[in-house]
Amino acid sequence: MNFLRNFGIAIDALLANKLRSGLTMLGIIIGVASVVALLSIGNGVQQSINSQITSIGTNLVTVVPGQVRITAGPPSSQGIRAPTQTRPLTDADADAIRARVPNLLGVAPELTVNNVTVAYQRERILITARGVTVDYNRVRNLEVAQGRWFEAAEDERASRVAILGSEAADALFGGLNPIGQTIRVGNAPFTVIGVTQPVGVGFAGNPDTSVFVPLQTAYRTISNARTASGARRVSVIFISALSSEDIARVERDVTEVMRQQHGIREGVEDDFTVLTQQQFLSIAGSITGILTLFLGAIAGISLLVGGIGIMNIMLVSVTERTMEIGLRKAVGAKKRTILTQFLVETITLSLIGGTFGILFGVGIALLVGATGIITTTVTLDSIILAVSFSLAVGLFFGIYPANRAASLQPIEAVRYE
Amino acid sequence: MGELITSYPTTSPEPQRDDPPIIEAKDLTKVYKMGETEVHALRGVSLRIWKGEMVSVIGQSGSGKSTLLAILGALDVPTSGSYKLDGREVASLNDDQLAEIRNQRIGFVFQKFNLLARSTALANVALPLAYAGLSSREANRRATEMLKLVGLGDRLDHRPNQLSGGQQQRVAIARALVNQPSIILADEPTGNLDSATGKEIMGLFQKLHRERGITLIVVTHDPNIAAQSERIIRLKDGLIEYAEEVQTA
Repeated sequence: MNFLRNFGIAIDALLANKLRSGLTMLGIIIGVASVVALLSIGNGVQQSINSQITSIGTNLVTVVPGQVRITAGPPSSQGIRAPTQTRPLTDADADAIRARVPNLLGVAPELTVNNVTVAYQRERILITARGVTVDYNRVRNLEVAQGRWFEAAEDERASRVAILGSEAADALFGGLNPIGQTIRVGNAPFTVIGVTQPVGVGFAGNPDTSVFVPLQTAYRTISNARTASGARRVSVIFISALSSEDIARVERDVTEVMRQQHGIREGVEDDFTVLTQQQFLSIAGSITGILTLFLGAIAGISLLVGGIGIMNIMLVSVTERTMEIGLRKAVGAKKRTILTQFLVETITLSLIGGTFGILFGVGIALLVGATGIITTTVTLDSIILAVSFSLAVGLFFGIYPANRAASLQPIEAVRYE
Repeated sequence: MGELITSYPTTSPEPQRDDPPIIEAKDLTKVYKMGETEVHALRGVSLRIWKGEMVSVIGQSGSGKSTLLAILGALDVPTSGSYKLDGREVASLNDDQLAEIRNQRIGFVFQKFNLLARSTALANVALPLAYAGLSSREANRRATEMLKLVGLGDRLDHRPNQLSGGQQQRVAIARALVNQPSIILADEPTGNLDSATGKEIMGLFQKLHRERGITLIVVTHDPNIAAQSERIIRLKDGLIEYAEEVQTA
């Protein structure tokens, strides 16, 4: 009895009861589709979070004042808890890092001033002003969509030039071209020279709802920001390492330079915190891990329901076909032949069901993705997982009862009512 | 019922022949477990059947005649005793060898026809040939031939539910014959048919027996059918109710 012949018998048997075959397949389809769709959502969320984290800068090392503990919180708190004790960072710290830590792509201090009124003619909005240095756009991966970024000379001269975030530009200018227009940031007039590319909510402030001005200009016009000792304060220092492998070294070096800068003795805790993207990624990883687990549990439930459906139908099917199995044995089918027949039937069912399941799952993933609420990514892993699961379910619930039936004396099976 | 049974013809003796019997059973017993109680379907049956014989097995329902036939057809195994088919002890055969015997040596006809409901007459008859490893072309050719022989040459593509009871039993007979076995075992082959159709089917069996020299063992409780055979074995409560020695001594 060759395989092809057996395959033919199996197909005949499946076609002979289309409704039952269809129902069996339905269980597999639902199971596979839910696995593919839910895992695609989980993967999509993971990827979009990771890409948001990487979008805050390339190989970024961030220095913030005070002792900061990273926790998994809502995005509004940006995962950073308020410092326990504050000693401000200064532009001198940034200069020291720039001077004494070798091999950096850039060092970009930022003075953050929240709730600054920005006005163009009659439009007024309340946004975050960020006084930044010329390296800032490179370090933070900020693309200029329109116009240009400012130059080093403009920072030195404290020129009144401003670059608007995309949402801020929309809010102020609607569809009009903002380049060359004069806006007021706080009380001072500025010329708009550029608009940044939309980024979306980032992990260290949203650039889209910001206005960027040269740091020296910011000191003069928005906030003079002097510390008690008379140094110029900065809110945060972004440092970009040359490669991801170099981040640990940069983190070490920056810590050392900062401890010297702040005169912290051996054994005393830092009064600043150096954060790396790896830390953000690992927080995000633990969050998306929980999410994936949750989605997996939901998919698991639907697989279980699907599996029970398959089991039910397979048991009914084999019971119903006990007479058929007995008859086949009575006219000369070997036990092996019967088992092969069921094996081929269940494999065929599982594979056809699995194929439809993948199609439905991908379809659901695309639909969900098209709503724009969540991004979805269908991975080969999830497809392989779903199909192998459906095969395993099909085989387990198909072969076990078939084996029982095939082991019967043919006469018992033939007489079975 | 009791009176009817006593009107059956008495069991007839074994033929006097020099060749070895093709079926030789000794002290067959069969015990079924029904929950906690044991049912003794056969209590020690011995019989011999020679090539080309037509034998009826009669007896009340529950007398063990169907059980005996199932054991003779290698569809069931005895609890104890010896059964030799063509001189070979069936108990010593493995599962695959038993399947081969059921496929090649014995054709079985059931009371309820036992056709695959969703397959055509042709596919039903070709089934044993498929298990024998024939190509489907050859299997279909032989199955067609066999269906013509039983008078259903024009019903090849009909499914069982499109055929009358008599026609279905003809398909079953064609299926039993298609691998050219030397023995046909029929368990109440006319039990589900009206008497006219039953006569027709028995006529077909007679013809096959006469023309092809097929050994035929028919289980029945119909005395008219038993009367058509050359020898009658009568079972009662799992034992053969006849005295071979007395008749043949």
